[in-house]
Amino acid sequence: MAGVSDCTFLTMISESMKILVAVKRVVDYNVKVRVKADHSGVDLANVKMSMNPFCEIAVEEAVRLKEQGIASEIVVVSVGPSTAQEQLRTALALGADRAILVESAEDLTSLAVAKLLKVVVDKEQPRLVILGKQAIDSDNNQTGQMLAALSGYGQGTFASKVDISGDTIAVTREVDGGAQTVALKLPAIVTTDLRLNEPRYASLPNIMKAKKKPLEVVTADALGVSTASTNTTVKVEAPAARSAGIMVKSVAELVEKLKNEAKVI
Amino acid sequence: MTILVIADYSKDAQDNKVLAPATLNTVAAAAKIGGEIHLLVAGAFVGAVAEAAANIAGVAKVLVADNAAYAHQLTENVAPLVAELGKGYSHILAAATSNGKNILPRVAAQLDVDQISEIISVESADTFKRPIYAGNAIATVQSNASVKVITVRATGFDPVAAVGGSASVEAVAAAHDAGISSFVGEELAKSDRPELTAAKIVVSGGRGMQNGDNFKHLYALADKLGAAVGASRAAVDAGFVPNDMQVGQTGKIVAPQLYIAVGISGAIQHLAGMKDSKVIVAINKDEEAPIFQVADYGLVADLFEAIPELVLTA
Repeated sequence: MAGVSDCTFLTMISESMKILVAVKRVVDYNVKVRVKADHSGVDLANVKMSMNPFCEIAVEEAVRLKEQGIASEIVVVSVGPSTAQEQLRTALALGADRAILVESAEDLTSLAVAKLLKVVVDKEQPRLVILGKQAIDSDNNQTGQMLAALSGYGQGTFASKVDISGDTIAVTREVDGGAQTVALKLPAIVTTDLRLNEPRYASLPNIMKAKKKPLEVVTADALGVSTASTNTTVKVEAPAARSAGIMVKSVAELVEKLKNEAKVI
Repeated sequence: MTILVIADYSKDAQDNKVLAPATLNTVAAAAKIGGEIHLLVAGAFVGAVAEAAANIAGVAKVLVADNAAYAHQLTENVAPLVAELGKGYSHILAAATSNGKNILPRVAAQLDVDQISEIISVESADTFKRPIYAGNAIATVQSNASVKVITVRATGFDPVAAVGGSASVEAVAAAHDAGISSFVGEELAKSDRPELTAAKIVVSGGRGMQNGDNFKHLYALADKLGAAVGASRAAVDAGFVPNDMQVGQTGKIVAPQLYIAVGISGAIQHLAGMKDSKVIVAINKDEEAPIFQVADYGLVADLFEAIPELVLTA
């Protein structure tokens, strides 16, 4: 490939490498949610909200790439309610340079979010977009793949390692049988899995500094894409409860129960 | 109504490509929707997989796209193929395996429809149930998409028979090569034990195992019982065992006849991956551990004493 061995060329690329990170405001992972009595959804009133854990990993990876001198700027974006500014401020405190909130009060589907993010990608022209592989509320695991499809970019989903070299990113992915590595042409989309990194905590001085970093708010409507959905949630119910179990006193009793009562061994 | 099911496959211990068991559960979900079922096998040198696919009970036709571009099921190349073929179908289904989860949302976006992820039941041809919030709520979702794009959680459906069918096999010539991705390599776990998501018995270890070496106690128990071995996220994050063993919300979802949780506290994220098991046994020295709340049989004990005893007496 022409130019790859040319140091000046490589420096130029790294200096202009902008990373876009998408984050989602979700119910905190420690909260056990309850279904609303009218089955319209889960009760999120007065529940602790946080950045989706996989999105924290996405922010951390971008910050590390910047610390390594590979990335030049980190733009963090969220599609969600006005309160998602809290999670964007957290990302800024962790090391993102500026933030964009695409504000929408509606509960958008993954495809709608991907379409809105595509508008941001077109405007910002990042070399790399990092997202969490899945949000722990809807458990969809769709947005990154959909954004990749709409952008025409390659996708390295469920990433446990990324390695950027020139025009290419090698992504090691956590797959059912173990690990797989693919090489993608940049720009590309990466979605994070748990082992990609261990996110840092924001320090108090950085939290203070983050308050002064730019945070732009645009409404979803202003971006001019249809967020109409082909899916309707008919109802939301609590899962069937398991019947209460018993405590056994010894291994011998356990074996006896498994053989004669449960008949599973 | 005609349904297109994307066949998934992986490599066995001898490096042969074999149909993934979850494909059989996905065909079962398709059968519940009703209509003719076609299976797509996309890859390079997938003749044996296509042959196995043609034997699956209830499958009318197998489409085989055998092309170098589809090797390793690279989604950038496979998704346009599925989107192109899928336009003529009422539903496109794939198992919620790492391949299915990687490919199908890309297909849905190309078809401009919302996807329904990880269904656990079919209510009607357009209405499905799926877990949300780590399984703490079950949503009923209806789709009015012209092509319904759906991933299937294998544990929600009993597999159809792998044999007994006699589908016609048809080659698909279309070659899509986006030229933006390539396969570099893979490190696949080799094991003679049953596959985690298909095993009748699963023995899983958590942080209480203390280190990777101690998992030998679980391997001994697994070999005695003919079980697969899993792990909690804590055990994987600590580096005791590799990621492909993780059971949980974002790891593998299992629902065996018997699940034995050893030294696992029972975080919400872990429970999401195993609480549909028929019988759950928890062995933990902490009697307050949340895992006991979902266990059918709980034993408060030091696992390093209990497991060797279990190996001898089970």
